[in-house]
Amino acid sequence: MKDFSRLLDDLYFTNSNLAKETILSNYLRETPDPDRGWALAAIAGTLSFDLFKRSLTKKLMMERMDPYLFDLSRHYVGELSETVALAWPQSKDAVRLNRLPDLHEVIQEFQQRSKTGIREYLIILLDNMTPAERWALLKLGTRGLRIGMSARTVKRTLANMKDVDIAVIEELWHGLEPPYLDLFEWIDGKAEMPDISQVLTYSPVMLAHPIEDKDFARITADTHQAEWKWDGIRVQVAGLNGEAKIFSRTGDDISHSFSDLKDAVDFEAILDGELLVRTNDKIGSFNDLQQRLGRKKPTKKLMDEYPAHVIAYDILSLNGENLRKFPLSERRKILKFFIEKQDSTRFSLSKLLDFETQEDLAKLREAAAGTKGLIEGVMIKQKSSPYISGRPKHRWYKWKREPFLLDAVLMYAQRGTGKRSSYYSDYTFGLWGPDPKTSEDSLLPIGKAYFGFTDEELKDLDKWVRNHKLARFGPVQEVEKELVFEVAFDSAQISKRHKSGFALRFPRISRIRWDKPAHEADRIDALARIVGT
Amino acid sequence: MSAGETWMAVRDGLLYCIPANCYIDPHEPVGRAIITHGHADHARSGHGEVFATSETIAIMRTRYYTNDNTQETALNYGERFDLGNGVTLWFASAGHILGSAQAVLEFQGERVVAAGDFKRHPDPTCAPFEVVPCDVFITEATFALPVFQHPPLEREVDKLMRSMATLPDRTHIVGVYALGKCQRVMKTLRLAGYKPPFYIHGALKRLTELYESYGQDFGEWELVSDIPRSKKDYFTGKVVLCPPAQINDRWSRRFANPLPTVASGWMQIRARARQKRAEMALVVSDHADWGDLLRTCEETKAKNIWITHGRVEALEYALKQRGINAKSLDLIGMEEEVGE
Repeated sequence: MKDFSRLLDDLYFTNSNLAKETILSNYLRETPDPDRGWALAAIAGTLSFDLFKRSLTKKLMMERMDPYLFDLSRHYVGELSETVALAWPQSKDAVRLNRLPDLHEVIQEFQQRSKTGIREYLIILLDNMTPAERWALLKLGTRGLRIGMSARTVKRTLANMKDVDIAVIEELWHGLEPPYLDLFEWIDGKAEMPDISQVLTYSPVMLAHPIEDKDFARITADTHQAEWKWDGIRVQVAGLNGEAKIFSRTGDDISHSFSDLKDAVDFEAILDGELLVRTNDKIGSFNDLQQRLGRKKPTKKLMDEYPAHVIAYDILSLNGENLRKFPLSERRKILKFFIEKQDSTRFSLSKLLDFETQEDLAKLREAAAGTKGLIEGVMIKQKSSPYISGRPKHRWYKWKREPFLLDAVLMYAQRGTGKRSSYYSDYTFGLWGPDPKTSEDSLLPIGKAYFGFTDEELKDLDKWVRNHKLARFGPVQEVEKELVFEVAFDSAQISKRHKSGFALRFPRISRIRWDKPAHEADRIDALARIVGT
Repeated sequence: MSAGETWMAVRDGLLYCIPANCYIDPHEPVGRAIITHGHADHARSGHGEVFATSETIAIMRTRYYTNDNTQETALNYGERFDLGNGVTLWFASAGHILGSAQAVLEFQGERVVAAGDFKRHPDPTCAPFEVVPCDVFITEATFALPVFQHPPLEREVDKLMRSMATLPDRTHIVGVYALGKCQRVMKTLRLAGYKPPFYIHGALKRLTELYESYGQDFGEWELVSDIPRSKKDYFTGKVVLCPPAQINDRWSRRFANPLPTVASGWMQIRARARQKRAEMALVVSDHADWGDLLRTCEETKAKNIWITHGRVEALEYALKQRGINAKSLDLIGMEEEVGE
């Protein structure tokens, strides 16, 4: 537990991803099983159970501290676990431990104990710990660990430890479980790679490169196929031994949100496709799909109103046979035959688009631009391509429609992280429009971007921010409303969380309009027209 | 009226002794001022007459808070001075920084102690806190919440030493307040066996020299600005000290692979450490923590506690629970970030 606490502290305070990787791999090398596996699970967020309830922590605190002082403290600290970690008053007749138990002992102990046993054990541990150790325990126990380390960084760390491509770890990852004994045996060179063929699991998807001018030379109607690039969410639908799961592109299991679709899966196959909403043969907009996103348990009414549907792009395996090695043209034949047998309200085949020349493709792309974001552009795929996880070169291309552009005014700036930590490099910008409360004309924030400019431009922007400071809100620096950015973005959505009522997808700074007066920047209506409200 | 209230008052947001016509730590220019210590929220410029310890007066001169027209009265700890109209002033050490003092005021058999800022943890760079029994104890409340339980300084310095050993290719840039914190951190590092020269930001120079003139020894140190900018790797593996605002600002770009660190009592709160963009947080406080505040108030045996600044509500509440009269003074101009 001591080592685990120190690891979390080191990771929490380190900014650079590279340094985080070094810290984590050192820990994983030096720490024995099964502690390292549990630590890995805690950090990667794959623990499937709470050790104790948050409410228990609060209750214990209320029993031993004045509630008014506790409230003041919690309000000041801003967070329960840390407040408890810092303010925990030792029990009068505290049980002294000779040593703090190891991480796996702690986990095991909590899992074995009854409700009152859990309570007693938690008190003993808290009495014997430093504030940092208490924080680690409380975060571990209630799975609230946020130390700024992405699952991707964790996997890259493992890949580097074994000196394999990250794709290898990606393919294994979802088939493994804490405390990952088989994984570490393999990393240590003591066993073969774990076999996950009989686990219903996510396998990482194949991705496309943005097309470049020189690429068109190699594209012909004989060697390549074209399809729409739908703007839904890319999913993987997997069925095995009567079980079904739907995974997002990042491997999150989102089956519970789309139980209507899940119930339509009675096959043993892995499909790659786009999840959208379809009512009466009509594909809904991204805003329609949004009604379903993030709903853990959608009501029947909602599912009837916005039924989930998958436009299938590809098939990775069928009835236990791995199809990934076959060329796309072969997989496409199998997929076509397969989809015909499925419920057509739930599954349809991605249509192939006719083209001969580059001009034909350009026309298709233009047509996509007229769909209010429903279709993002054109996919161009090599017919001979096997299905390769990751982003292999010269296999699949995406040709997105031109981004939308708006002139927005810089409102707030924030320091970046890592190399950029001394620069104001994160910018929040807004458009003119009536304030929802006062109806006065003001700037309404529409988004935040931290790329799209060169290093030289960053220096100029940093200088500009420093010379135009207004108020400061914690790390957020307000600036004078004078600088205009041309902001590019792929699409916009209606959003209740933003004051402006809109949220942008993939916003970036396309140009800095040093010359443009702020009052000539765009108004919120321009964004409303793009969304189509 | 309870003790002290006939002759001590808050006038225009400033703590004032009526018969002596004298203010304590006023944040704006006044005729007569008692200054407990040299931090900017207690010592200001423009007073006509200043009463303080000789160290505090030296600090004020260094920071140009006094000029040739200021009438200075330097007192040693324990030295009694007649302020007129029957008021006697003497200073007791406060353990906060070099020269820091509690102002002890006596009038008609009553004793009021204005503690200024103080701490009870050991500090090799200043005299330890002295408990002075009194009728009214005027205390700060900077860290007056149960979440503030300051760890021993050695543990924090050990954290820094360990980090330097595990990450020898990084330059540890420690953000410290120029007066007090800087010197306490340097001294404690020396006591922990740190041998190489310190590299310091220009803003820390004069006060460090002033500490040295009072016999403090920090070993060898050099100004960062004396090292050519081209020698980026020169500082690798060393400790660089600078004001907290510089750890992540343009100034820090001159170091290869910097590791921004902040030493302050606020670092106990993780989010605050992250907000300062510190990669390492050293909990080093020059104020009393929750337990020490309560303990000190009780040890003075004062029937009345007046609270100047900080988390006033919490301390007032906790003291009242212990049966001690406590009230907030609503002084203006006290900034909690200064010196911490």
